[in-house]
Amino acid sequence: MSSEGAPGDHPGGAGRRVDRAGLVIAAALAALAAVLVWDANKLPATSMYGMGPEAMPVVIAVGLVLLAIGNLIDALRGNLPPRESMDPKPVWLIIVGLALLIGIIGFGGGFILATSALFVTTSAAFGRRAVVADSVIALVLTTLIYLAFDKLLTLSLPAGPLERLL
Amino acid sequence: MIDTFAALAHGMAVALQPMNLLYALIGVFLGTAVGVLPGIGPALTVALLLPVTYKLDPGGSLIMFAGIYYGGMYGGSTTAILINTPGESASMATALEGNKMAKAGRGGPALATSAIGSFVAGTIATIGLAFLAPWLVDFAVRFGPEDYFALMCVAFVTVSATFGDSPVRGLTSLFIGLTLGLIGIDKLTGQARLAFGIPELLDGVEVTTLAVGLFAVGEALYVASRRHHAEEKLEPVRGSLWMTREDWKRSWKPWLRGTLFGFPIGALPAGGAEIPTFLSYSTERRLTKHPEEFGKGAIEGVAGPEAANNASAAGTLVPLLTLGLPTSATAAMMLAGFQQYGLNPGPLLFAERPDLVWGLIASLFIANGMLLVLNLPLVGLWVRLLAIPQPWLYAGILVFATMGTIAAKPSVVELSMLAGFGIMGFLMRRFDFPIAPVVIGLILGPIAESQLRRALAISLGDPMVLLQSPMSATLLGIALIALVAPFVLKELRRFKANED
Repeated sequence: MSSEGAPGDHPGGAGRRVDRAGLVIAAALAALAAVLVWDANKLPATSMYGMGPEAMPVVIAVGLVLLAIGNLIDALRGNLPPRESMDPKPVWLIIVGLALLIGIIGFGGGFILATSALFVTTSAAFGRRAVVADSVIALVLTTLIYLAFDKLLTLSLPAGPLERLL
Repeated sequence: MIDTFAALAHGMAVALQPMNLLYALIGVFLGTAVGVLPGIGPALTVALLLPVTYKLDPGGSLIMFAGIYYGGMYGGSTTAILINTPGESASMATALEGNKMAKAGRGGPALATSAIGSFVAGTIATIGLAFLAPWLVDFAVRFGPEDYFALMCVAFVTVSATFGDSPVRGLTSLFIGLTLGLIGIDKLTGQARLAFGIPELLDGVEVTTLAVGLFAVGEALYVASRRHHAEEKLEPVRGSLWMTREDWKRSWKPWLRGTLFGFPIGALPAGGAEIPTFLSYSTERRLTKHPEEFGKGAIEGVAGPEAANNASAAGTLVPLLTLGLPTSATAAMMLAGFQQYGLNPGPLLFAERPDLVWGLIASLFIANGMLLVLNLPLVGLWVRLLAIPQPWLYAGILVFATMGTIAAKPSVVELSMLAGFGIMGFLMRRFDFPIAPVVIGLILGPIAESQLRRALAISLGDPMVLLQSPMSATLLGIALIALVAPFVLKELRRFKANED
């Protein structure tokens, strides 16, 4: 998907050094394997012929452990592909937008407010500074989407204070 | 032979009903409109539009799907040519030459050769599908559960390990998908696995939530994180849209050769359209009478790979429809589309719902024809979609992406999963892990598990059943070779490099 093959900002920067992110990935895979085994152990034993439900999680956990080792070797050899420099701020902005969306839906704020919040933060993450203008655009756009899908296609979208006015 | 014609004629009768024609038209239109947006490939197009089809009957919905599928592919090549952002790796060859043509003011002929080439390839490949499918179905009815399990092992390995950049990273993606597939109630015993007492997890992870999170949210986060790198430039379409005599002469052979690469490779459970498109590109480069133009905008370099891409898309429908085996992210989304109606593609579906299957195949012809008629005249509209400023574009994509999940399951847990998968997709892009194997692992993992358990239940727990069936033994052997080969080749290369 993302293998543009473009040279990174630090050509050969990953070089032969130990890659810390790679170590984290390997550790995460090993932890996931542990969760699988722990969960499989809680399943009551069945007296079926063949495999019970606990067999496959264990097989996958073994695979994950092997892959954790593979990733660990790559990380220690510094074999990971070079990474481009990144700007963390827009990423956090979008994540905040997603959190707002989840919160607004969770507290019954409705579809229009929730997706508008996501729209405005995403647009800001991509460099727009006109928050007020974007908020208006977002409200109009999501209201239209709500009307089209809720009224025309009878898809049920969660309603909040704004939706009840329509 | 005669049967195929009769079945296809019946399918045409289904597909040509006015309502179904309308569904196909809507599908084609929506598919192209969404597919044309930069960064959105056909798999995401299908995932985003899946909720739109919820309310339709299965027949109409699948027909709309056929349109969305091909429409998304056409849209993707338009984007590749006009702004050099291939939505998927299979469009990379198109972006290579097509964008150069657009820069040189020959965007029109580039779009035309890609549209007509896709039409030619899609039509030939769909004919191939219509004739190959019944034959394969006859073969597949004799498959036992152990054979299916072995076949899925082949698909797992080829999709994740054999053809990617790194077998370790590909397999890591696959196993993350397999792990996600475990979540929920075990279908054979009714016990909950990995649900951690959260009721929403008992139904398992929705394929659409995973795909939209990984593809749409992940892509938006990734593009945002590297916005300070050079921005893409939209090439205006200047000059004539039509191909000259010379263009036609240089295009028709690459179309046919591309089809010949695309369809068989797509039909094998080998996954992905990358290989046929690159094979086609390098072949055209070798055979061309204008080698000086390659890399600067050679029409053969657009015509061949585009045909290969479309032919392989139709090719992946062969294992999907006859065996229920998705070998690309897009095919996995199509399978999810079937599953939302409780339909399982495979030999049984051909026997039980021939109207559905053949209606879908016939709709592929119709969608292809509609696209040819629609795409070139509407190119101005698609270009305007491409000109949407990036902040609004991605904000809109995210609103639309979350809307699908909100409509299907408006719960905090489901939306948190969507956001979590988005962050996972972002990290996977950043650390160069392939995404398609996760989706394939999620959708195919539970099926493979139940086939294996069925096989072992029949054999009273004797694992040798996997090797006693010649079919299953052969397939497992192929899977093993495909798994080991990339590692051996890599070590060999390292060994050679040390020798030098």
